Amino acid sequence: MGLDFSIVPKYMDIILLGCAWTLGITVAAALLSFVGGIVFAVIALYAPWIIRQPFRLVEWVFMGTPLLLQLFLIYFGLVQIGIDLPAFVAGIIGLGLHFAVYNSELIQTAILAVDKGQMEAARTLGLSRGQALRKVVIPQAVRDVIPPIGNNMIALLKDSALVSVIGVSELTLSAQRIIGKTYRPFEFYVLAAAFYYVINLGMEWVQRRIERRISLSR
Amino acid sequence: MDTELMLKVYPFFLEAAWVTIQLSVLTAVLGLICGALGTAARLSRLAVMRFVGAAYVSVFRGTPALIQLFILYFGGPQIGIQLDAFEAGVIGLGINAGAYMTETMRGAIISIDKGQREAARTLGLSRWQAMYKVILPQAARLMVRPLGVNLNMLIKSTALVAAIAVVELTYTAQRYIGSTYKPFEMFLLAGILYMIIITVVGKGVSWLDRKVQIT
Amino acid sequence: MTDQTAFVDIRHAQKSYGALEVLKDISLTVEQGQIVAIIGPSGSGKSTLLRAINDLDALTGGEIWLDGVQVNKSLPHRQYEKHINEMRQQIGMVFQHFNLFPHLTVRENVTMAPTLLKGLSKDAAEQLAREQLDHVGMLDRIDYYPSQLSGGQKQRVAIARALAMKPKLMLFDEATSALDPELVDEVNQVMKKLAEDQMTMIIVTHEMDFAAAVCDRVLFMDQGVVVEEGPPEVVFRNPTQQRTKEFLRKHLAGAK
Repeated sequence: MGLDFSIVPKYMDIILLGCAWTLGITVAAALLSFVGGIVFAVIALYAPWIIRQPFRLVEWVFMGTPLLLQLFLIYFGLVQIGIDLPAFVAGIIGLGLHFAVYNSELIQTAILAVDKGQMEAARTLGLSRGQALRKVVIPQAVRDVIPPIGNNMIALLKDSALVSVIGVSELTLSAQRIIGKTYRPFEFYVLAAAFYYVINLGMEWVQRRIERRISLSR
Repeated sequence: MDTELMLKVYPFFLEAAWVTIQLSVLTAVLGLICGALGTAARLSRLAVMRFVGAAYVSVFRGTPALIQLFILYFGGPQIGIQLDAFEAGVIGLGINAGAYMTETMRGAIISIDKGQREAARTLGLSRWQAMYKVILPQAARLMVRPLGVNLNMLIKSTALVAAIAVVELTYTAQRYIGSTYKPFEMFLLAGILYMIIITVVGKGVSWLDRKVQIT
Repeated sequence: MTDQTAFVDIRHAQKSYGALEVLKDISLTVEQGQIVAIIGPSGSGKSTLLRAINDLDALTGGEIWLDGVQVNKSLPHRQYEKHINEMRQQIGMVFQHFNLFPHLTVRENVTMAPTLLKGLSKDAAEQLAREQLDHVGMLDRIDYYPSQLSGGQKQRVAIARALAMKPKLMLFDEATSALDPELVDEVNQVMKKLAEDQMTMIIVTHEMDFAAAVCDRVLFMDQGVVVEEGPPEVVFRNPTQQRTKEFLRKHLAGAK
């Protein structure tokens, strides 16, 4: 049935709204994954054995299974235990926790790489272990992991398309809805892809700028 | 936990796991082929080939795999490409994985010291001979581990074909969650099978990595 | 070109990277069996000149001739590739960092090019490898991998690898600069042996003593030009140029 991009402008507002949702979900999930990553890393490294080991097992399972499957678990699982959240909240939680696990891996490595002398120096000054972690070790580790975490956040943007499957009206589902009316899948999926690509380029640009700033501050 | 239900439905999950394995293997093969072609393009002497290679990597890594899959499966018929869901899954995910593998392979090749190429060329080897006799044998050893990471991601990405109704593990889990309202149990069944596949492949990659290292 | 050329004939070699001129109109001839040393401070262009001879670094102007054939002929890409590969088979090169192929054994390092490019049989290649490795005193390490060898041993294998192609000319690009002092001599001994065999050699080196002992002629280069050239006893004992004197004062003092 050939291609016809002339109908695209008519639906541009829906697409743009979808873009806004995609950006919002990405930013919210990114923040959650960042904070969650730090918390998870600290638990995985410093919590008592009885908490640490089961926690590592859960991390391991989350790294070994597909995000889509995890989204189904969280979305339907929350409903089952009586928490009926809007789909977009479930989506943010699912994406955020999934990437928190990946960020946690990076942060753990970075914390271990921060010179042991730093912890000792902080303790010598009279800081507690928790204070030394919060004030000295983690800030340095976070700086080291910002570039690789940036890669994770760019991956998160693309994986945010998956929340369309649990009914969040972001960019992908917006395109899908338009296609339901127009029967023009090629045009609107390519359009959606183009918007993802542009957002992706924007994020890469920001990432490069941040990396440059970090490398200057050393 | 409803173990009785799990025991009842697990054979369907086993069948679905077999589909996931088939998808993974075919996608991996296609991904490696696309990765090799992409790498050849990116390292070509011709600027136009380098551009094509770079554009391939940038576009396919810069957009969601799910959308790529939808364009191929739902949009394909509009431009004369009729594929069933399984075929679309393999081709879509394979081309996508190829873009990531291109970066892996190219990275390994350009990390080989340029003195190696110079020494080979100095002996009179042609560009191609230097590549396949000297550079590639060394680069291939460096590729095993990062390609293993690509492979791990690829196996998880096969879940996306659930969205175009290929009856693999994630689709099966989704369907049983819908009919039984037991999300945790179904997640556990599918999750265990994914973990088995990924762990076995991971062990295989480590074994290969150890095996190919230069003594 | 039909006129008689020297065995190695470099005519008006010129090389620049953008505005930076690395080689400024250098001409040099080397007769068969001669050994020429090129000395000079780093950045003088000496390595670039050496690497231009087998076209690892292409000249931007001038000609390189070897045994009556122009090395850097102007040809369409495909034909040039074929031509330069043939020329390079006749020009052996030894690098500062050895560049042995780490994935191949010593034997395979030596036999790879002859089997691939000259179609040597397995037996002939084996014999060739043994001959060449024996010549550099490395026959007992024929089954080793490069990572199992010392720097001096690696360099001797690299020399054997180059010799296995039966080159007409050997180029040495600071072949001993990356070696620990106590390993330099074993490589120098091998190079002396090549000199006795009448191999034509062009050597970029920092070692004035070795250059004085082995070479027929010494070139002192600085900032892309040949400042002074002549027999070693003249260049080292009675240099005429101020720049040569200064360079030698620093280097001979530093060496002692």
